[in-house]
Amino acid sequence: MGQSYRYQLGSKTYQFADLAELMAKATPARSGDRLAGVIAESAEQRAVAQLLLAEVPLKTFLNDTLVPYEDDEITRLIIDDHDAEAFSIISHLTVGDFRNWLLTDTVSTEVLKQVSAGITPEMAAAVSKIMRNQDLILVAQKCRVVTSFRNTIGLPKRLSTRLQPNHPTDDVNGIAASMLDGLLYGSGDAVIGINPATDNVAQATRLMNLMDEVISLYEIPTQSCVLTHVTNTLECIENGAPVDLVFQSIGGTEKTNSSFGFNLAILAEAQQAALSLNRGTVGQNVMYFETGQGSSLSANAHHGLDQQTCEARAYAVARKFSPLLVNTVVGFIGPEYLFDGKEIIRAGLEDHFCGKLLGLPMGCDVCYTNHAEADQNDMDNLLTLLGTAGCSFVMGIPGSDDIMLNYQTTSFHDALYARRVLGLGAAPEFEAWLEKMQIMSNAGLAQLTNHLPPAFAGTLSSSAVKHYHG
Amino acid sequence: MVEDAEMLIVDDNPADDSMVIHNPWRQLRQFTAARIGIGRAGVSTPTRETLEFQLAHAQARDAVHTELDIESLKQQLILLQQEFPQINSQPPLVLNSRAIDRVTYLQRPDYGRQLDEAGFASLKPHYTKTPYDLALVIVDGLSATAIHQNAVKFISSLLPLLLKEIPDFSLAPISLVNQGRVAIGDDIGEALNARAVLILIGERPGLSSPDSLGLYLTWSPKRGLTDDKRNCISNVRLAGLSYAAAAHKCFYLLSEARRLQCSGVAIKDRSTEKIIDSSAVQTSFLLDSKVDRKGVDGK
Repeated sequence: MGQSYRYQLGSKTYQFADLAELMAKATPARSGDRLAGVIAESAEQRAVAQLLLAEVPLKTFLNDTLVPYEDDEITRLIIDDHDAEAFSIISHLTVGDFRNWLLTDTVSTEVLKQVSAGITPEMAAAVSKIMRNQDLILVAQKCRVVTSFRNTIGLPKRLSTRLQPNHPTDDVNGIAASMLDGLLYGSGDAVIGINPATDNVAQATRLMNLMDEVISLYEIPTQSCVLTHVTNTLECIENGAPVDLVFQSIGGTEKTNSSFGFNLAILAEAQQAALSLNRGTVGQNVMYFETGQGSSLSANAHHGLDQQTCEARAYAVARKFSPLLVNTVVGFIGPEYLFDGKEIIRAGLEDHFCGKLLGLPMGCDVCYTNHAEADQNDMDNLLTLLGTAGCSFVMGIPGSDDIMLNYQTTSFHDALYARRVLGLGAAPEFEAWLEKMQIMSNAGLAQLTNHLPPAFAGTLSSSAVKHYHG
Repeated sequence: MVEDAEMLIVDDNPADDSMVIHNPWRQLRQFTAARIGIGRAGVSTPTRETLEFQLAHAQARDAVHTELDIESLKQQLILLQQEFPQINSQPPLVLNSRAIDRVTYLQRPDYGRQLDEAGFASLKPHYTKTPYDLALVIVDGLSATAIHQNAVKFISSLLPLLLKEIPDFSLAPISLVNQGRVAIGDDIGEALNARAVLILIGERPGLSSPDSLGLYLTWSPKRGLTDDKRNCISNVRLAGLSYAAAAHKCFYLLSEARRLQCSGVAIKDRSTEKIIDSSAVQTSFLLDSKVDRKGVDGK
């Protein structure tokens, strides 16, 4: 194992047994690390740990793996896929120098792209722990990650949305009603993605067919996804279902993923299966991953690490499979991991920064549950900060209320607020569609038309709606 | 001030509505409880909808802190035992997790997953060498309201299915758990010696659904199992998945678990495949053939 760390502050000696402990104690306070028993015991100890962490050479992270190489396939992935040539540009730096380097004027979008494959998740996590919120925003904004399937996600001055038309019983008309609401508010360019109420191959297939038919009928330049277990999606593909994106929740240790019921080989198989369908028109990024701080601890699979370091390691899993979208579902897990608005906001900015630095198309489910100490104002703050940081996408849901998953995330209105106040547009292909369909008169200014778009006027007067009316 | 806020919410005709753009597709609320077609002031949520949302959030926050009404549940379960004399005649067992109160519960899920010492002691007399086929465990979770409204009604839908298909089915005494999480069913199932445990738990309250019941089935329960060993049925409530449908799914999963001697991702829920396959024309209004395609082609 690696070395221990010691710091003399006046008459007081601070000692940290290993790099994992140093990382954990240097982490800004959050309830999940308290739950895991790895949190700093005092504010001073945390500040000292940050000072010591700043002195750690980046090279150390390649030798002192926080989870043993022999025990964990994600550590093996991180080490085996490490790009030494890309790393050579920053290999002489300490964590503290790395922060300065990232903030330097000359470290441009292009330089960050060049270095990305040389940065390990642990390096990204370490530097994020000594960065203030504004640093996380500034550097993330310099990163650019562009991905594509039927449209292009992540271009400068763009903010895409996942339309999330969930329904508690997967009712087809209920889902369609939320889809229509979203489309008419300009949402859905990142993906139209449904969390099914029941994890079931037949149900997933049915929802895939619904979305596929809507996308085809209205010629929407976007993609669909049913957020079911990867093994279900594989079975759907085998049965000939119209799968655009393969979904999976992922964590940062092998044990976490095993508790989710998959491993890297299954993800590789699913990626190949989706690629074989060749359904993308602009590009072939076929994976959609979700993450969130606390999932490893929740599965008792955190190996004594702090939750933010575990989260960053999940991004190694994601980048192996060239995803279209990676979504950190930051406030979903609850107050035992992120207690209040302040902790949720900090975590959202950390996750977005680490993901972008590692080359991922990072979006964020800006959200909270009803048992957390948070409210809409906290979400407004995080949304505005992430929009400023260049976040690739956020969620879109009717009135912020997910009636299936029982939590609050950003609404269609929220996304329009962010686009307007920050001067951001939707994906260019989708923006053109919004204007063609007369949903928006000026998509660049998030200007909705005041009349019902003609293509949908017919839908609303259709026999089905009238029938149900009676 | 409070009175003013109430007036604003109950008033169907706000004084000046000319700044709000209404959405004609609000009529689609016939299909969903989602907050669709709420209209807009500029691109923002209108005043009334904003304040209604805040009221709903306040109610959900309050629901999290409601306590399980043990006495009332006990009474209802005793009535159920009279209706189904074949099930275990022992009175319901009242148990607590290691989380001593709600504040601890919210911050320490590890405590909520474990039965306290007194609980283990009170289960001892109910241990059998011949395992029970199933232990039912009712847990408050994050919404005691969900338990109060749905737990007993669901059980009375499930029991006839079980007793009809498996005549000699043996049920452990029903447990009622305060401050519990899903995994506490492992401790209980193991202590009782049950082949399978079904946890009925209050899910985290949503704005429009403070009363959602979750069901978790675990085969061969013992402490330390991870979530991939469980099957979940979510959102059982009046406005969600019906008791009959939930009981049907649950019975299917339990039958599969008994057949395969396992639970979790190894079992795929195919309980509704026949229904779905047989109704090929399951289309939505969005795909109605009478859709005016003119706009679609951009002409």
